[in-house]
Amino acid sequence: MSELLELSAAAAAERVRAGELSARELFELYRERAANEDLGAFLWVADEAPEVPADAPLCGVPVAVKDLFCVEGVPSTAASRILEGYRPPYTATAVERLIEAGAPVLGKTNMDEFAMGSSNENSGYGVVLNPWDRERVPGGSSGGSAAAVAAGLAPWAIGTDTGGSIRQPAALCGIVGLKPTYGAVSRYGMIAFASSLDQCGPLTRDVTDAALLLRHLVGRRDPCDSTHLEFPGEVSLPGAESLTGLRFGVWGLEEEGVEPGVAAACRAALARIEELGGAVEEIELPYAEHGLSAYYVIAPAEASANLARYDGVRYGARSLDGDLTSMYERTRAEGFGAEVKRRIMIGTYALSSGYYEAYYGRAQKVRTKIVESFRAAFEKVDFVVTPTSPTVAFKLGERTANPLAMYLSDYFTVPMSLAGIPAISIPAGLSDGLPVGLQIAGPPFSESRILDAAHALEQAIGFEGRRWR
Amino acid sequence: MTQRAAGAGDELAERRYEPVIGLEIHVQLKTRTKMFCGCELAFGEEPNTLTCPVCLGHPGTLPVLNAEAVHFGLMIGLALGCEIAPRSIFHRKNYFYPDLPKGYQISQYDIPLATGGRLGDVRIHRVHLEEDAAKLVHAGSSGRIHGAEASAVDFNRGGTPLVEIVTEPDIHSPQQAGEWLRLLRATLKRLGVSDVNMEEGSLRCDANVSIRPAGTATLGTKTELKNMNSFRFLERGIEAEIARQEEILRGGGAIEQETLHFDPATGSLSSLRSKEEAHDYRYFPEPDLVPIAPTDEMLARAREALPELPAARAERFERDLGLPAATAKLLAFRSELGDYFEEALAADSADAPALANWVTVELVPRLEDEDPFASKVKPRALARLVAMVSERSVSQSAAKEVLDVLAAEGGEPAAIVEQRGLGMAGANELGAIVERAIEANPKAAEEFRAGKQKAIGAIVGFVMRETQGRADGGEVNRLIREKLGA
Repeated sequence: MSELLELSAAAAAERVRAGELSARELFELYRERAANEDLGAFLWVADEAPEVPADAPLCGVPVAVKDLFCVEGVPSTAASRILEGYRPPYTATAVERLIEAGAPVLGKTNMDEFAMGSSNENSGYGVVLNPWDRERVPGGSSGGSAAAVAAGLAPWAIGTDTGGSIRQPAALCGIVGLKPTYGAVSRYGMIAFASSLDQCGPLTRDVTDAALLLRHLVGRRDPCDSTHLEFPGEVSLPGAESLTGLRFGVWGLEEEGVEPGVAAACRAALARIEELGGAVEEIELPYAEHGLSAYYVIAPAEASANLARYDGVRYGARSLDGDLTSMYERTRAEGFGAEVKRRIMIGTYALSSGYYEAYYGRAQKVRTKIVESFRAAFEKVDFVVTPTSPTVAFKLGERTANPLAMYLSDYFTVPMSLAGIPAISIPAGLSDGLPVGLQIAGPPFSESRILDAAHALEQAIGFEGRRWR
Repeated sequence: MTQRAAGAGDELAERRYEPVIGLEIHVQLKTRTKMFCGCELAFGEEPNTLTCPVCLGHPGTLPVLNAEAVHFGLMIGLALGCEIAPRSIFHRKNYFYPDLPKGYQISQYDIPLATGGRLGDVRIHRVHLEEDAAKLVHAGSSGRIHGAEASAVDFNRGGTPLVEIVTEPDIHSPQQAGEWLRLLRATLKRLGVSDVNMEEGSLRCDANVSIRPAGTATLGTKTELKNMNSFRFLERGIEAEIARQEEILRGGGAIEQETLHFDPATGSLSSLRSKEEAHDYRYFPEPDLVPIAPTDEMLARAREALPELPAARAERFERDLGLPAATAKLLAFRSELGDYFEEALAADSADAPALANWVTVELVPRLEDEDPFASKVKPRALARLVAMVSERSVSQSAAKEVLDVLAAEGGEPAAIVEQRGLGMAGANELGAIVERAIEANPKAAEEFRAGKQKAIGAIVGFVMRETQGRADGGEVNRLIREKLGA
């Protein structure tokens, strides 16, 4: 049994394909673990293994799905009380594609409410503990997915990333997390936080698993999502062992606020890159330092509209109290958590008549500048490298009273989100016994190249990340 | 002093005002499916049967633009002579209401589909695409949300494609507003893009109304009138609002910018919201949709789909067929009537102005249905009848009787004339009747011979009575004069 747990998702799929392992047995192993976990990672776990076609490429290796994805008939709440009891009448395209490819849904994972947060402490259904240190946060917002993969409660998982919500928890839990190019994965059925930034991606034990899962998330155009783009070609499985000829531009390692242990682990990883033949240089990313400011205007603005539909009229929670306006007010006052309310208010303010240009208009200009910064950078280097998070996993409760400190967790991940470019976080090493993530970003649709480079680096680093018992 | 003040007051009271009116028209498009999802469009289905997760605003759903709606929008833009934007975008218009499932309406804001244009004597400001809200049904006597015991939402209508057409403030009377809206309605109907039924709400019109002292150029404070769901209500609503504004200004008051609700039952206007209560819609670009960038093919396809439009048709009727302006307009603005007229014209050798007159004056009152093609009077039959009148084989008044029969039973005019003996009286018959008429009116005959021209009237009258209108007045006159040796 424990031997099965050691298998990566890709390796488990190979075993099933070779007839050495039954998909049902594999599903049951993880179902049992997910149903009995004590990290708070799962909000719902499937009852039984669904039938998987024998020739499905993912061979029945089950996937944990962030609760932000709608799955027909399955509770889908975005970890919000306002969607308590809501069971969607349809399934998200990303999930449907994985099911079709032979990766059935193992369960729904905990998260920050509506993906708003960097610690998973904003969930309406309780916190998630970091399997490396149960007094610490797993990161967020895809904290449940990250913790589940790190703790061996699931072979792999999908999450969503708006400003770092896949990469940061992956870093804090010592696993691999990839945010694809904006538009690469259909957003249909993904409960919207900030539509121009939201993107689905894999959280996995290693880079090969990330590539395999991504291969089945992307593909032909989804007619249900106007912003979805057909992926150019197939995602190739990584095999590189050398980084010869590749140029890595490092940004932000010297920034104030980067913990020395994080910087040290990243420097060690940079040394591995050079050993593998890659060239490392410092680069400038003008305006990237203003990414957070722009992000915390654009994302809340879009969220303020995206969350208007939770009004108690059609589905989810409803608090009846006299007239229509009171019903709206009470439903939303009781249904939303503090951080969600804070962002709705920020976003509503930023879009208000008379403030729009000063806030939303200016933030969009900064966004355009950041896009240009990356474009210029990729004329000089193949990849931009940064720490994924300035710090390792922090203590539960440490930043809940200070939203700005919490927002700084996403300092390095937000610029890539604003630019819509793909970026991966892989474990670089440990700092005081806690994982440190290294972020590698590339131009739009460079996922296969990023994965290849990340794979070579991953082999050289040899991170030992298995945290299950 | 007192006298002067009174004088100034009188001047205020007697000042003449010019109304300045602009219209905002919402047109439900007759596409197969809704604006942003695949739900079928239909009127009068069971409530909430034409819905899906997208148009119910379920979490995670996304809009996908209806290509047919864009095509119809382009047709309308081109028909109104607008410039089509090379790249127009959608915005979210945010407000809470139970008929708005997403909490925002997807509409167009600063870069609409089409701008600038003209229809008749009114300039078009803009044309844009958006989605309709769902329908609220209020239980209780008021029929409105205020005072309702309960309200239910029917989402069948939610997400219906709408085109909003905004005019420049080029209209200066309620009648002009009504007439122009009729032209717009005829144009849209001709395009085949909408049912344009005001009662059913597929054509909805709001009016922005202000008044200013006649002869001045500045615009006064405007109010917005809603809920005028017929041409008559539109004219009455605007009339009432002009009167209300005049009364305020004459009394020395000031107009407040507000939105008014027209109550057709009482003809009164009540305030929906003032300027202070106006919504801040917090428009921002819709991130779930990509811009509309019409390709040359799309534009060519929209252009090719344009039929001859009512304004051009009326002009052609007037210019090429010699119809009077009012008749030409009547036929062109009711396009089925125009089609009927043209079919009849092609079917026989009838004189166009006479035929047009028969269609508009005689046929229309005899129609049971709006659609003349549904009548038993076939275009060919009407054309024959009109030709028979011109050929003098049937008199005007007899022809009207024939039309009665055609409308009731159908058939061929010649056969009806034959069956019912409605043809012109023959030369022998008429000669005998004329002789009898002269014998019966010796005094008139004598006076006429003595040179009193008017005296012939009594003899003609006798003949016409005898023939029951089956005689031509000119011919009767000629015969009488001949017999009397004049």
